[in-house]
Amino acid sequence: MQGFYAIYRKEMGHYFVSPIAYVFIGLFLILSAFFFNFFLQAVIQQSMSSDMQSMRFGMPQDIDVPTEVTRAFFGLLSTLVLFITPILTMGVYAEERKRGTMELLMTSPITEIDIVLGKFFASLTLFALMLLPTLSYLVFMNLRSEPMPPMRVLLAAYAGILLLGGSLLALGTFLSSLTENQIIAAVMTFAAFLLIWVLDLGRNASGPVASVLTYLSVIRHYEDFTRGVIDTTGLIYYASFMFLFVFLTVRSVDSMRWRRA
Amino acid sequence: MIEVQDLTKAYGSVVAVDHVSFTVNKGEILGFLGPNGAGKTTTMRILTGFMPATSGTARIAGFDVTTDSLDVRRHIGYLPEAPPVYPDMTVETYLDFVARIKNVPAERRAERITDALEKTNLVDKRDELIKRLSRGYKQRVGIAQALVHDPDVIILDEPTVGLDPKQIIEVRNLIKSLAGTHTILLSTHILPEVSMTCDRVVIINKGKIAAVDTPQNLTSQLKGGQRIRLEVQAPEAGLREVLAQVPGASRVQVEPARSDGHLAVNVEAAPGKDIRSQIAAKVVEKGWGLYELRGVSLSLEEIFLELTTDDSSHAQPAG
Repeated sequence: MQGFYAIYRKEMGHYFVSPIAYVFIGLFLILSAFFFNFFLQAVIQQSMSSDMQSMRFGMPQDIDVPTEVTRAFFGLLSTLVLFITPILTMGVYAEERKRGTMELLMTSPITEIDIVLGKFFASLTLFALMLLPTLSYLVFMNLRSEPMPPMRVLLAAYAGILLLGGSLLALGTFLSSLTENQIIAAVMTFAAFLLIWVLDLGRNASGPVASVLTYLSVIRHYEDFTRGVIDTTGLIYYASFMFLFVFLTVRSVDSMRWRRA
Repeated sequence: MIEVQDLTKAYGSVVAVDHVSFTVNKGEILGFLGPNGAGKTTTMRILTGFMPATSGTARIAGFDVTTDSLDVRRHIGYLPEAPPVYPDMTVETYLDFVARIKNVPAERRAERITDALEKTNLVDKRDELIKRLSRGYKQRVGIAQALVHDPDVIILDEPTVGLDPKQIIEVRNLIKSLAGTHTILLSTHILPEVSMTCDRVVIINKGKIAAVDTPQNLTSQLKGGQRIRLEVQAPEAGLREVLAQVPGASRVQVEPARSDGHLAVNVEAAPGKDIRSQIAAKVVEKGWGLYELRGVSLSLEEIFLELTTDDSSHAQPAG
């Protein structure tokens, strides 16, 4: 436990002492704020024009602005995550190996599990900190909406993005543990993410293969969360996804002793 | 404190460490001497639990490096070939991190960090970012890292690489001062380092141990023992003939002709034999002028070269 905390602390220090955290959080906030504003304007515009139409033709067509904006915004977040996480995870092990500090960690009285979990939770914390300010946009929007949408929708959506992000971070850190080269780690991670995204296309097909592919898609389960639905299938899916790759990372770190370092 | 038995490490068909056995007693400084690629680093990596051995056993402080790896790691401080430092950290935060992963309890941490900083003369650099330090300072941070948890056994892989002569002396003195309370294993390919710091030397070449002894014994007894330097005014052929008659003298080497017409000759004597008086008697008998006659002990450098080249000549690798 002491080992886990030491690693976690060191990783957080690494993010926040170097410019990494600030660059990430800053750029992410600029992009997400821009898109949030864009979606909000677009949906309000749409709702106003539909109001005018309903006045003219007497066909009331309600648009639930907060829900629409929330869904669009979280859809965008998942795309940003796709691009950001490979850069966030590429150095987690590759850099340690290249610098030779892996040798320090592995000859210290801490276990591989301490190392892997410490690093994983540190990257997840950074990810959560990056998302945190966006909560203010949505809470503000909800507070100004009439009637106020239930906050649990937001909670579900944030749980969804954290689970999605956690899964991608687990996969990314695993791939980083396989190589000494950060660029290779980033490219492999990005390719793996795209592949997973592509699995989602299977939903339009039919048959058993399609249903398996649909179940495996990281995006599909995420969409349930953004609609405010916390589905146990999704929870189990993401939990097993993270567990699998954290476990594989432990094995991979362990195997560094056997592979030629 | 360190017991190594028949340790072997093979990378595929390449045997990096070949049935190496040695022990290091408590409080002793053992030098690991060998050319690059001799297996020094591999042996140290096995001892520190960084990689497993192919066969053989090693115990540190009574714990087996394979089965009780965590216990072993609690008892060692290790400086790898390249100092394992994080460039974005300051010296002090780095040492604090290392103290944490080495299980130094919170209440002793500050005191241990200060001690390590003092021993390695880094006190005034404690708030400096490691990436701004010169190579020599980084190396010292690496040494401080190996001391911070006050381990029983300290394993240093080429601790003086990259240091300037003044720093080298400081580090050697530091290592010597640590002996007694700590058991130290250090590797080097610099010979004077071994004779100056170590109690005993293990010479390793191509994964095999070529010799284990004290630096003094290695220098005085091993391999050829004594060399004699002779300066006489004599015809070269005649001198060679005379020296050939002296029992125990071998490898007569005549240095290039000198302007004063004297012959400078190096002769090697068999171990344990002093042939100086016999040579003197012969030279005087012939009526030649004897200008110099003294014993020169083989330097560790020469022993080392002899041992390591000897080894390669009769151990022709199969492929």
